[in-house]
Amino acid sequence: MAIQESDLSNIERLRWQCRRGMLELDVLLEAFLEQHYGDLPPRLKRHFVQLLEFPDPVIHAWCIGGESPEDDEFQELISTIRQTKVV
Amino acid sequence: MALEKQRFDTLILGAGGAGLNAALQLANANLKVAVVSKVFPTRSHTVAAQGGVNAALANVLPDNWHWHMFDTVKGSDYLGDQDAIEYMCREAIPTVYELEHNGVPFSRLPNGKIYQRAFGGQSQNFGGEQAARTCAAADRTGHAILHTLYQQNIRAKTHFYDEYFAADLIRDDEGYILGALVLNIATGEPLLIESKTTLLATGGCGQVFRTTSNAHINTGDGMAMVLRAGLPLMDMEFFQFHPTGIAGKGMLITEGVRGEGGYLINKNGERFMEKYAPNAKDLASRDVVARSIITEVREGSGVGPEADHVLLKVNHLGEDVIAKRLPGIRESSKIFAGVDPVKEPIPVFPTAHYVMGGIPTDRFGRVMPTADDDGDHLPGLYAAGECACASVHGANRLGGNSLLDILVFGRLAGHNIIDYVKENNAHRTLDEASVEKAMSRLQKWDTKGDGITVSQLRNEFRKTMEDHAGVFRVEEMMVEGVEKVKNIREKLSEVRLTDHSSTFNTNRTEALELENLIDVGLSIAVSALHRKESRGAHSRPDYPNRDDKEWMKHTLYWMENDRLDYKGVRAQPLTVESFPPKERVY
Repeated sequence: MAIQESDLSNIERLRWQCRRGMLELDVLLEAFLEQHYGDLPPRLKRHFVQLLEFPDPVIHAWCIGGESPEDDEFQELISTIRQTKVV
Repeated sequence: MALEKQRFDTLILGAGGAGLNAALQLANANLKVAVVSKVFPTRSHTVAAQGGVNAALANVLPDNWHWHMFDTVKGSDYLGDQDAIEYMCREAIPTVYELEHNGVPFSRLPNGKIYQRAFGGQSQNFGGEQAARTCAAADRTGHAILHTLYQQNIRAKTHFYDEYFAADLIRDDEGYILGALVLNIATGEPLLIESKTTLLATGGCGQVFRTTSNAHINTGDGMAMVLRAGLPLMDMEFFQFHPTGIAGKGMLITEGVRGEGGYLINKNGERFMEKYAPNAKDLASRDVVARSIITEVREGSGVGPEADHVLLKVNHLGEDVIAKRLPGIRESSKIFAGVDPVKEPIPVFPTAHYVMGGIPTDRFGRVMPTADDDGDHLPGLYAAGECACASVHGANRLGGNSLLDILVFGRLAGHNIIDYVKENNAHRTLDEASVEKAMSRLQKWDTKGDGITVSQLRNEFRKTMEDHAGVFRVEEMMVEGVEKVKNIREKLSEVRLTDHSSTFNTNRTEALELENLIDVGLSIAVSALHRKESRGAHSRPDYPNRDDKEWMKHTLYWMENDRLDYKGVRAQPLTVESFPPKERVY
């Protein structure tokens, strides 16, 4: 998927993309968007926009299930997502 | 600006398993089909269904659709309609084979046949040995099905309206549904979709309760649309709660945790299930454990600053056992409860999981608008999946029967729609008054100024539902609950948006969802108040027994004056003898 610069700054669109089929992802991704997304460098913002295009079970496995993405580039983003406070 | 209009043979609202399976039948028959989904289709809640699909294929152990039917009737606590249940259990077999042929990667046996696993509530020979009836695609069955059906629909040229929110059905004076008014979430622009037939497949409504395992999208949109169109919802008092959700969040903590030796404690560290179920203790049935947790909290033995939950202790099992036998629980608890279960107990509370009730339909998915048992269906309007009530789950649903329900009845509704459109191949005249009414409900949210926020009223509503219409249901508190929810419904007019922009305005979408939640919530609270017995998932400590003489009947709720009516259970199957009610013992 070709990502435009405007995709990275459209927070309202990203907020809706964080609506998923699994409650766990709703809660985690929305909290991440609020707490961390704005502070990310463009490279990681781009990864987040890419991550949202993956199927829910894959995102769940990476962010909650402890599996590692094959692409190392995602690892930094996933580590930040795992640090999100949802409590 | 003039309202944009599009025309289709069939409009399907919702893109989970039911909507997509129906759409595929229709598109394959060269009908012009529109599917409206508020999120990208493969992000529908079907994706969260991990367990599998029941079908008596007899690949692992002997099996028979008739045994499956017996288990489903018994599981429903004899409130399920036996004609629909027979139909579902028979149709399960071709439905699974069709999915297989469409490319669903079911797990396999060494001989190449579909693997089937055993689940609770499945028996051979009418209550005998354990059966193995559930077909799964590893632990991603829902995702595999959704993904396959979506791809097949793309091939078949189904037209998708992704990220469109369905606001209201359009209905003419004679009662025919002419389509729906939908909203493009990306632009904020409304769109009128006219259709010869409409299928509601909008899923469940778990978000009516504060603690739920349901995704945020499960706001009962189709159910509320039906209520606003003057049609009833059926058996809404029957809501399945899982006893252990993460407190205040809702994510499921699997029963396997207690199966491995985890147990519940209150604020004094007491293992309270010993008191409520001296033999089974923490492994008592779901409803018993859920009610015991609520009782502890109500009697002041809850934990936390609000004393509003209990604890699930697992640290005595040791890190190795937790890592080996309960994978995922540790990470989930750390992220969502902020505790490491290897060191501390997990805060838990019963979580709303699945609604057995919904839009009343016959076994072909046709919406039944009256309490007349032999009454006519509403021509051209269909419902399937969790938003519908066929009724195959009755008062409680068996594991593996929810994916089955959505797939079978989505498919059969599709077949029935094909026949209907052959004979009714013209659009009816649009009812402008109905369109204006739907538009004015949308425009109401343009009012600016100070008021209650959407999240304030939503929090108040969901807490009220949990406290007054959740697991613990006694007369006095339920009467109070109905009044409170009616009061909340009044307060909706005082809610103001904090964001009036057009593009991806989540605040506005959530306001529309809140209206839906409140309308559906009242149907639950009112229906539950008036069912004076305990049956399946509906438990009344003040009426602790099942009362077949008075209550073997379905509740129907209409929004106008919060009216109720009842209709008999269809106890006569299609080709076999009826299963008479018996005490439910497992």
